[in-house]
Amino acid sequence: MSNAPLLQVYDLSVSYPSRAGTICALDAVSLELSPGEFLGIVGESGSGKTQLLLAMLGLSAQGAQLSGSINYRGQELVGATERSLAAVRGRRIGMIFQDPMTALNPYLTVGTQLTEGVRVHYGLGRKAARRRAIELLEAVQIPEPERRLGQHPHELSGGMRQRVVIAMALICEPEILLADEPTTALDVTVQAQILALLRELRARTRAAIMLVTHDLGVIAEVADRVLVMYAGRVVEQAGVEQLFASARHPYTLGLRRSIADLDGPLPERLPSIGGNPPNPAALPPGCAFAPRCPQAFERCLSAPPPLVNIAPGHARACYFEGPLEALAP
Amino acid sequence: MKEAALEVRGLTVRFALAGARQRVLQAVTDVSFSVPRGETLGIVGESGSGKSTIARALLRLVPASGGVAWFKGVDLLALKDEPLRAMREHLQIIFQDPLASLDPRMRVAQIIEEPLLEFRPRMDPRARRNRVLAMMERVGLLPAHLNRYPHEFSGGQAQRIGIARALVLEPELLVCDEPISALDVSIKSQIANLLKDLQLQLQLSVIFIAHDLAAVRFSCERVLVLYLGRVMEIAPRDALFSAPRHPYTQALLQSVPIADPKRARARLEAPIVGEIPSPLSPPSGCVFRTRCPIVQARCAEQVPQLRAVGASEVACHRAGEGPSER
Repeated sequence: MSNAPLLQVYDLSVSYPSRAGTICALDAVSLELSPGEFLGIVGESGSGKTQLLLAMLGLSAQGAQLSGSINYRGQELVGATERSLAAVRGRRIGMIFQDPMTALNPYLTVGTQLTEGVRVHYGLGRKAARRRAIELLEAVQIPEPERRLGQHPHELSGGMRQRVVIAMALICEPEILLADEPTTALDVTVQAQILALLRELRARTRAAIMLVTHDLGVIAEVADRVLVMYAGRVVEQAGVEQLFASARHPYTLGLRRSIADLDGPLPERLPSIGGNPPNPAALPPGCAFAPRCPQAFERCLSAPPPLVNIAPGHARACYFEGPLEALAP
Repeated sequence: MKEAALEVRGLTVRFALAGARQRVLQAVTDVSFSVPRGETLGIVGESGSGKSTIARALLRLVPASGGVAWFKGVDLLALKDEPLRAMREHLQIIFQDPLASLDPRMRVAQIIEEPLLEFRPRMDPRARRNRVLAMMERVGLLPAHLNRYPHEFSGGQAQRIGIARALVLEPELLVCDEPISALDVSIKSQIANLLKDLQLQLQLSVIFIAHDLAAVRFSCERVLVLYLGRVMEIAPRDALFSAPRHPYTQALLQSVPIADPKRARARLEAPIVGEIPSPLSPPSGCVFRTRCPIVQARCAEQVPQLRAVGASEVACHRAGEGPSER
């Protein structure tokens, strides 16, 4: 396996014109995804994390203006024709959505939905397609796969539905799996099962996985490398252990500290980040996090800080040089 | 133990399902607990465990099929019409989705003063306005917000409006139904801190329903663990988090992602298999037995009753067994 990146995103911006002015959903985002890598993208609502995934599939909403580059194995996806996008989408890049109930067609059986994909993509006959569908259900550890083929989505539990969605994403043995909050709609005991499944799939299929979440706990469970996003920009990027051991952006640190422990001494107050997330239609000229940042100083208000390498594999977008202080509780 | 603000015994809620087969869904079965005055009781459980149904039954938003709920000397579940309406002054709720629970056509001032208009109709308008402003300040809203509409606020700010509305009458009992679940990570802690401050300042008795175990640990003195409509365990906070006695409580705690990559990866398998069964066909005996790692034959035959093990009350045949005192 070569170590050349599978996917290179360079200076990608996505904006939407609106009555309230241009909404900048994604601002100059760059990233690389290597074969077999598990990349975590963490951010809150409005951070642009879902916009990033949609842009990679050519699924940005109507009216979106894209600039920059998304290069998949030498092929440029920004501005590509629908036809060439369709050849990549679903075949080379699979997608797992947050809500399995809306990702599945409620009128069709699991078997129909799975074999349809298998037959379209591989031109298999009915019997062979059915065999392949059973294999896929086994791959996602669904018990009694043959019986499941005849069931409709509403007859399955939430966790089983999400497994079916994952099986559908695996139909073409994609090189890249994009997962948008795949466990957010699930209960915590089921979330643990789905995360274990994603880890196992990555190890077995060697697909690269890009998982978007608001939950740093989920990131800690599965990701090799992490991008932290705020207001459409990448604010920090690091290996997962580096990020948890020595976050260097005040926002990352704030998120990290906002996670309450289940053991250890009980705090008087939960550390939090003050203020509110920014309005994407009215971003400040400087660093978007500055109004909430305990470290902000004059320079932060002038222009957004660029993403700069501070250690091998570790980059951040922040002007502040000193040690990061604890957040006010 | 302190005097109870609320005492619930044997609460049961059944829903008759539409259709010819007259099927019955038992959402809550024989649930008993008390909320000591000025304390917060957490109710945790996965979706379908019945936690919101308990809240709704206590507020009489869904009818209870059995049980009593003693509050201010009367049984909440038996109140009718006018006494029930009057009782609502002392019993308020905060909902999960802050924006959906605020009327989009009302201004913030109207939303917060509405309970006063309903329950204190003879209050002087100026005193009422001052009361609203004082409440807004308490929850961290600005006077400039008075004439704005809910859609102009972020989720965290909207939840502050919901909290102000719930507390403006100074109720005795506050039910929080997943008050921080829909909020962004950086905002959750703000609202959890605010609720705890208000609870202490106003000496509120609170039922705090959540699936976020860390928030429950922070907010609650006692915790009730619910599974498929039944109580699995009730324990003081520290006992529950440091020495969970029920195998379900143990699995729940072990399933929470660990925000430390090294520790997180040390465990390879998910703590328990399977998912919560349908309440239309609950397992016989112990409802948790189909997923239980220490299940025995008797678990299918006898429903385990709550009994004291250490500082906890546990509904498990095997709790307290053996040297590890599970």
